[in-house]
Amino acid sequence: MKITTETGERHVLAVTVDNEAGILAKITGLFSARGYNIESLTVADISADHALSRITIVTSGPPAVIDQIIAQLDRLVPVHQVTDLTDQGAHVEREIALVKVAGTGEKRIEALRLADVFRAKVVDTTLSSFIFEITGNSDKVDRFIALMRECGLVEVGRTGIVAIARGPEAL
Amino acid sequence: MKEMSGADMVVQALVDLGVDTVFGYPGGAVLPIYDALFNHPSIKHVLVRHEQAATHAAEGYARSTGKPGVVLVTSGPGATNAVTGITDALLDSIPMVVLTGQVPTTLIGTDAFQECDTVGITRHCTKHNYLVMDPDRLGAVIHEAFYIATHGRPGPVVIDIPKNVQVATGSYSVPEKIEHQSYRPQVEPDAGAIAQAIDMIAAAERPIFYTGGGVINAGPDASAALRQLVSLTGAPITSTLMGLGAFPSDDPKWLGMLGMHGTYESNMAMNRADLIIAVGARFDDRVTGRLDAFAPEAKKIHIDIDRSSINKIVPVDIAVVGDAGRALDALIAAWADKGHKARDLGEWWRRIDGWRATRCLDFPEKKDAGAEIMPQRAVKALFDATRGRDPIITTEVGQHQMWAAQHFGFAAPNRWLTSGGLGTMGYGFPAAVGAQIAHPNRLVVCIAGEASLQMNIQEMGTVSQYRLPVKIFILNNEWMGMVRQWQELTYESRYSNSYSDSLPDFVKLAAAYGWTGLRIDTLGELEDGIRQMIETPGPVIVDCRVAKLANCFPMIPSGAAHTDMILQPSDVTGKMDDEAKALV
Repeated sequence: MKITTETGERHVLAVTVDNEAGILAKITGLFSARGYNIESLTVADISADHALSRITIVTSGPPAVIDQIIAQLDRLVPVHQVTDLTDQGAHVEREIALVKVAGTGEKRIEALRLADVFRAKVVDTTLSSFIFEITGNSDKVDRFIALMRECGLVEVGRTGIVAIARGPEAL
Repeated sequence: MKEMSGADMVVQALVDLGVDTVFGYPGGAVLPIYDALFNHPSIKHVLVRHEQAATHAAEGYARSTGKPGVVLVTSGPGATNAVTGITDALLDSIPMVVLTGQVPTTLIGTDAFQECDTVGITRHCTKHNYLVMDPDRLGAVIHEAFYIATHGRPGPVVIDIPKNVQVATGSYSVPEKIEHQSYRPQVEPDAGAIAQAIDMIAAAERPIFYTGGGVINAGPDASAALRQLVSLTGAPITSTLMGLGAFPSDDPKWLGMLGMHGTYESNMAMNRADLIIAVGARFDDRVTGRLDAFAPEAKKIHIDIDRSSINKIVPVDIAVVGDAGRALDALIAAWADKGHKARDLGEWWRRIDGWRATRCLDFPEKKDAGAEIMPQRAVKALFDATRGRDPIITTEVGQHQMWAAQHFGFAAPNRWLTSGGLGTMGYGFPAAVGAQIAHPNRLVVCIAGEASLQMNIQEMGTVSQYRLPVKIFILNNEWMGMVRQWQELTYESRYSNSYSDSLPDFVKLAAAYGWTGLRIDTLGELEDGIRQMIETPGPVIVDCRVAKLANCFPMIPSGAAHTDMILQPSDVTGKMDDEAKALV
C-alpha cells in the first residue's frame, strides 16, 4: 500500500490575533496537528497598544482544505479575523532577503551588476564580500538568489511574506 | 474591587460563578488553593485517586447536569495525568475548566521539581488555555475561562496558576459583563439558510434526521424542539453515539443509532435518503463509513455551532451555523410561517419497515436457566429492570459500550454518558462518580468491560469515601472484546495481547473497599442479580459473566459502505486488504 497526498493551490492568509503568549505556537501547532502546509509565516504586532498581531501565512491545498484551514483558524479563541487574500483578489506581497556573497574579481563585479538590475541594496561590504538587501515578491527574491549562486553565494536570510490587499479598504 | 490572595481569588471566583463541586487532587503547587478551600461552606471538593479520574468525573458531572465540570490538580504529573480527560472533553465538546498549579514564576523554565510546560502540553487539547503570571489578572481570567468553556462549541479550558501567583495578592471584582474581548461564537442561525432548509425538508421524499451530541449540549429545550420538528415532518430519525437520549427510543420514528455499530435500518435509510438533516453531528468516520459511498442520493443540511465542522468531511448543500436549539426553533417557526404540511412519507416508511424486518439487533441465545448469558441479554435485562427509575448510564469503551448503545433505550437527554470521540477506556467509572455526585439520589450505573474498568478502578476508594451508591455492571468476557473482534475480522483470529489475564476477583475487591460485590454466572441468575444490585444500598459491583466470544453486530467494517454491513458472525471472513487494515 502506498500513501498518497493531495496538492493544491497557494493561498495567502492574513490572520489578526490577540498578541498573547503562545499564540504563534497555537497557530503553527494547528497546522502541524492537522497536516496543513506552511510555506511561509510572518508575525509582528500591529496596533499602538501592542494588543494585536498580524500573521501572514502562505499555505497550499485543494479548495476544501483551504476552506477548512480558514475555519479552523477562525475558531481559535484568540483569533479575531482570517482573510484569504488570494481569494479576495488583488493584493501586494513582499518579502525581504539578506543575501551574502563572497568572492573577488569578475564574480564580485557580476554580483554587483545583477544586484543593480534587481534593485538590491548593498548594506554591508568588505573587500571580499557583499550583503545585499532585496525586497520583492517571492519569485523575484528566488530569481535573485538563484543568480547569486553563480556569483559566490554563501548565506541567505529571508523574512517570509507580508501581504496586504490593494485598494483603499482595510480588512 | 477587593484585595485578596490569588488562592482566595480562585475560590471567590468559583463561588461567584456558581460552582458547587470541584474534582481534584492536591499537591505542592496547589497547596494555597487547597488551603483556601479548607472546610469551605459551599464548594464541595471531591478527592479522586488519580487526576485522570478527576477530569472524567468532571465530564460526568457536566454531561449529566449541563453545567461546566471543574477540576483542580497540581503541577507536573497532576497536569499530565489530566491530559487524557481534557482531550476527551475536547473531542466530545464537554464544558470543563481545569485549574492546574504551576511552579512559581521565578522557577518556570528551570526544570524545577514537578514542573512541566502545562500550557504547551495542553495547547492543542484544550479549547483555550492560560498561564496567569499576574494576580491582578487571575479573577478576570477565571470568569473568562468559564465563558469560553460554556459558549459556542463547549470544551475544556486550562488555567495554569504559578504558586507565587496563588500566594501574592491582587484585586478581584466580578466583571460586569462576562465575555471574551473578541470571541463571539455565532449562536443565532442565518434566517436565509433556515428558510431554504425548511423548504428542502418540506419537499423531501426520503428525509432523515441525523442528530448528535450538539443537541444534548444545546440543552433539554433543544431535545424538545427536535421531537417537535420530527413530529411535524413525520421523518425518521437516527443519532450518533453522543446524541442518544435527545430523541426517545420508544418512538416509532426512532431508527436507532447509525454508523459502524448502528442499526441496519438507520444505515440503509442514510444511504437511500434524498435529504439528510444533520443537527449537532459532525460526520465522524464511525458514522459515515466509506466516504465515496456515503449517502450518495442525499442533499445535506448541516446545523452546527462550529463552522469548521461544516464541509470538513462531507460537503453539504446548506450550512446553518448556530446553536442546535435555536436552529431547531427557527425551523419549527419557519415550518408554521410558510404553512408547510407534512408530506405523505408512506412509501419511504414502507422501505424502512422492510429494513427493520431484518431485526438486525437480534442475537442467538440459549434460554435455559443454566445457559451462559449473552452480553446483549444482560444489557436488555438491565434496561428492563431500570425502566421507570430514570437511570443515568455511563459506559467504558469497547464492545459493552456498543451493546449498551444498541440495547439500552433512553427517553431523555443527559442520561447517557460515554466517551465517543476519543474512545477513552477508563472514562465510564469516574464519569459515574461525577454523575452520582451531581445526582445523589439517582440510580447511576456504569456498564463496564472488565478490561476498561481496570484503567481507573482505583476510584473505588473515592466512591467509598463519599458513600456514593454507584453501581458497576461488568460485562465480563475476559477479553478486550473489541480488540479481539477486530483481530477476528482482520488478522485471522491471532489474538495478540487481547486476553484479560490475571483478573482480580471483583467480589473480593468489592469487599476490600467496603462495597457489595455480586457475581452472576448464568441466565437464571441474571434478573435476580440485577434486582439485587439496584436494591442494595451503597456501591455495588456486579461481575456478570457473559459469553466469552460474542461479537458486536451489526458492523460496518472499516473502509466499507453503509450498505455493506456485517449482520452476523458467519459474514466474517477473517481477512482484509491493506487499505482496510490501515483504517482505524
